Amino acid sequence: MNQSWDSWYDDDAGPLVRPFAVTRGRTKASRDDLNMITMLIAAPAEQVSMDPEYTEILRLCQYPMSVAEIGAKLNLPLAVVKILIGDLIEGRYLLFSSPMSTLETNVPDMKLLQAVLDGIRRL
Amino acid sequence: MASGGSDFAGPRLGTSAVKLLIAGGFGVGKTTMVGSVSEIAPLRTEEMISAISDRVDDLTGVENKRTTTVALDFGRITINRSLILYLFGTPGQERFWFMWDELATGALGAVVLADTRRLDNCFAAVDFFERRRIPFVVAINNFFGEQYYTVDQVRDAADLDDDVPVMQCDVRQRESSKRVLEALMQHLIRKTMRAHARR
Repeated sequence: MNQSWDSWYDDDAGPLVRPFAVTRGRTKASRDDLNMITMLIAAPAEQVSMDPEYTEILRLCQYPMSVAEIGAKLNLPLAVVKILIGDLIEGRYLLFSSPMSTLETNVPDMKLLQAVLDGIRRL
Repeated sequence: MASGGSDFAGPRLGTSAVKLLIAGGFGVGKTTMVGSVSEIAPLRTEEMISAISDRVDDLTGVENKRTTTVALDFGRITINRSLILYLFGTPGQERFWFMWDELATGALGAVVLADTRRLDNCFAAVDFFERRRIPFVVAINNFFGEQYYTVDQVRDAADLDDDVPVMQCDVRQRESSKRVLEALMQHLIRKTMRAHARR
């Protein structure tokens, strides 16, 4: 996840300006532990007034939902939704599942693989 | 279910997700395959990536850096209450997906779809997964009901390792797509068993 976002300045960042308007110009997520398949769910919280994109994310996350699904449903690039989701996590409006440990060790867990195989067979 | 990370105090979501990639050349049927097994209609997500353009400045020799948008279609399969499987079809018409690190990071494995009309379209994907050591199977998609190539011919043409499963399929058929995914998971299980045995 440690991409070359850092190097986007000035003209290089030109085409990015519009999508990043909803993030108030921020192009970098405040957290680096979100990926396409990080699962999210709305935390029980009082209704507060917030920007429509935030409200929409919380509405989608009434059920477990991935970062990629939120991006697709909001029609926003992943880099943008990750920033918005990061804000909601910071504000404790969203709970998220951390990356699975198996993905870091490179040796997947047998039980996990067997569960996926069984799930596919049940389709 | 492993759900690590300790920086977040408070209740944690009991659901996690894994992903498989469906790769191959343009028009080979990646999104069709995703759609044939997904419980939702395939969704499209976009990422902006920084790409080095081919055009090299004659005067400076400095490569021209620019950004490009890469779209990919994906589907979702609920495995059980705590586990979701996502299938991501890589964008075949874009050579840029090879630069998209996040796509491959954490993927359990991949299906490389081979096109019977243009076999060489799958070589780039094969090379990509081999270099990143992401386990994959090769599925020859017979969209036209005719098997132009045998499994052995494809294995030779793509110079595949002996342990890489190669099979025929028709991704329009749910059962056929399921069999490809089953073969991939069995391949993963065999590889993992061998990895554990070596420890």
